[in-house]
Amino acid sequence: MKRRTFIKGSIASGALVVAAGAGLLKPGQVLAGDWPNAAFSATGMDEAVKSLFGSTDAAESADIKIKAPLQAENGAVVPLKVETSLPAEWIAIVAEKNPSPLTTAVDLSGGAAGYYSARIKMGQTSDVYAYVKADGKVYMAKQQIKVTVGGCGG
Amino acid sequence: MALTRREFLQLLAASAAAGFQFTAGQRLVRAAAPADPYELPDFGNLTLMHFTDCHAQLMPVYFREPSFNIGIGEATGKPPHLVGTAFLDHFGLAPDTMDAHAFTYLDFEAAARKYGKVGGFAHLATLVKRIRAQRQGRTLLLDSGDTWQGSATSLWTRGQDMVDACKLLGVDIMTGHWEFTYGIDRVHEIVNNELAGHIDFVAQNVLLTEDAQFEGKPAHDEDTGQVFRPYVIREVNGVKVAVIGQAFPYTTLANPRYLIEDWSFGIRDERMQQYVDEVRGKGADVVVILSHNGMDVDLKMASRVSGADVILGGHTHDGMPKPSVISNAGGKTLVVNSGSNAKFLSVLDLQVADGSVKDFRFRMLPVFANLLPADAEMAGYIEKVRAPFRDRLNRKLATTEDTLYRRGNFTGTFDQIIVDALMEVRGADISFSPGFRWGTSLLPGDDITMERLMDQTGITYAKSTLTEMSGEMIKNILEDIADNLFNPDPYYQMGGDMVRIGGLKYAIDPSRKIGERLSTLELNGKPLDPGGNYLIAGWASVNPQPDDLPEVWDVVAEYLQDKKVIKNVTPNVPVVKGVTSNPGFSPT
Repeated sequence: MKRRTFIKGSIASGALVVAAGAGLLKPGQVLAGDWPNAAFSATGMDEAVKSLFGSTDAAESADIKIKAPLQAENGAVVPLKVETSLPAEWIAIVAEKNPSPLTTAVDLSGGAAGYYSARIKMGQTSDVYAYVKADGKVYMAKQQIKVTVGGCGG
Repeated sequence: MALTRREFLQLLAASAAAGFQFTAGQRLVRAAAPADPYELPDFGNLTLMHFTDCHAQLMPVYFREPSFNIGIGEATGKPPHLVGTAFLDHFGLAPDTMDAHAFTYLDFEAAARKYGKVGGFAHLATLVKRIRAQRQGRTLLLDSGDTWQGSATSLWTRGQDMVDACKLLGVDIMTGHWEFTYGIDRVHEIVNNELAGHIDFVAQNVLLTEDAQFEGKPAHDEDTGQVFRPYVIREVNGVKVAVIGQAFPYTTLANPRYLIEDWSFGIRDERMQQYVDEVRGKGADVVVILSHNGMDVDLKMASRVSGADVILGGHTHDGMPKPSVISNAGGKTLVVNSGSNAKFLSVLDLQVADGSVKDFRFRMLPVFANLLPADAEMAGYIEKVRAPFRDRLNRKLATTEDTLYRRGNFTGTFDQIIVDALMEVRGADISFSPGFRWGTSLLPGDDITMERLMDQTGITYAKSTLTEMSGEMIKNILEDIADNLFNPDPYYQMGGDMVRIGGLKYAIDPSRKIGERLSTLELNGKPLDPGGNYLIAGWASVNPQPDDLPEVWDVVAEYLQDKKVIKNVTPNVPVVKGVTSNPGFSPT
């Protein structure tokens, strides 16, 4: 069998990992130095964003694309991609209704392309925000991802 | 009293001007209407025949259309969210006609007695053969799925009766939804072995999960992870026709994920756009999306994906006598949804020249079993396939004095029997039954046989469950399900109806947001206590259940045999707020 597609995907999303907040990596194992502890342990979205970027101000931008299911097939692993044409320094993914809303923060300051793919965990339906810091400003896009408890399609 | 075929034809001749004359847009040609509704004027050089959601009904049945089909937001008052006289007015149909009976619930019992049963594969086969004879060498027969599930015999043969019936009918291409509830292995067995060389099963939006792809699980294309062939291109009468499949996008949510754990679904309309572009690049003159999205999702998809000529869809069981014409970046796309239960056959005649569709005619033909004689070959097959099950099918459980039906946003009379049976037999405070849209109808005086009960319950995960839930949890679940139905964005809808509820009374405002739609929840005259614990009987859980739980049909059969005569069934319809002038809402 061919595993190209899978491996290609893994490399594309794995090269720039700083932190993945879905419980896959323990923060201390990844980066001991500049770990934004306060942002990841914040229990509210505003607090997390402010802690990470110094302010909650963010302009909605059409140059940030979120690719994610509208309805999660499995709330425990929700696949999500963020792509941006902005000269991104940071990408952050925030699930508003999660107990710790900041799920992911990626430092791209080495001039890497604005792309990140992650699997996040969601307990309930929520807006999910992708924040991008570029040229010292913060931009965002959002999408609702529904985590359904009962379905009966028919 | 039912009309004979001869009387029926006389009636048609007499009222021909009122009957069946639907064509595209404003091109109504009533004056020239032939007396026989199945005699279609010749047009074009390619004909697409389409049916959907037959739910394995091989025999003719009664099927009552809904009196609640509420549209919210932009969908308010537009097809398919029209019922009763609002439906007739919108499509220009005369009341008290065969059309009015076929497309609406109006005067259901009297009209059903007059016009008789609908559908039946032997009668459908006669119609299909007739259209093939009229339009030799230029037809395709397309099926949007929900074909292998919905009857006793389909469940007991794991879809085999329908697979062979569809091969005999000459279905060319299909997609699916309930098909998947037979599990991955059975689906592969049918698609790769049984259908090979006969029927192409297409679905662009079913992919292996990343884990399954890594483990080398079977797929049509290992590189892309496409589980099924995304599209086929057929050359018919010199015209290249591409048919791209779109399976039900939310199968893993609305049905048990454990049955299809290697597969990932979704709407994936960007991928759909890529395939439309790809088939155009390969020289397709006509591009068809064969869809199980549900009509609201089809309408949105038609506005976002450009380059497709028509979406032939199903899932929400909407039978619409005229196509919706939807504008998008590349031009216009027709959206057709063809009802359910083999009650309708859509016929789309296309005039194709120089690589594109120039004009079209459309008819959605109701299949009246009294009017179309049974095809002998298909009738013989059906007889044979049902023979081993005859005694089980005909087992009489009770008689009904009421009209029994399921379809509608909130509940139906047959569903009321199910929720009453669940409470009484299982000893629960409250009961839930899923808002499925399949399930046939019965007239007063009919026997309720095991076959009719299986029409309502025949699924591969039918265990009857008992669960304790807090009042708060009950409210949250109901809000969640209501949002699957009434979310103003179709891409967040699932296409089922509201869960049917026994015991608990409630009010609902479909126009509100999730968390705010339900109010005044009451059990036995007392408000539902958020902190209280309640025993809930249900069935069709999407999670695995222990083997020793009873099957729901045995629970309901016990109830029916105990009652012997079913009468004065009062459906637990909620108080509906906020949409009192909605044309998708005309309770009678």
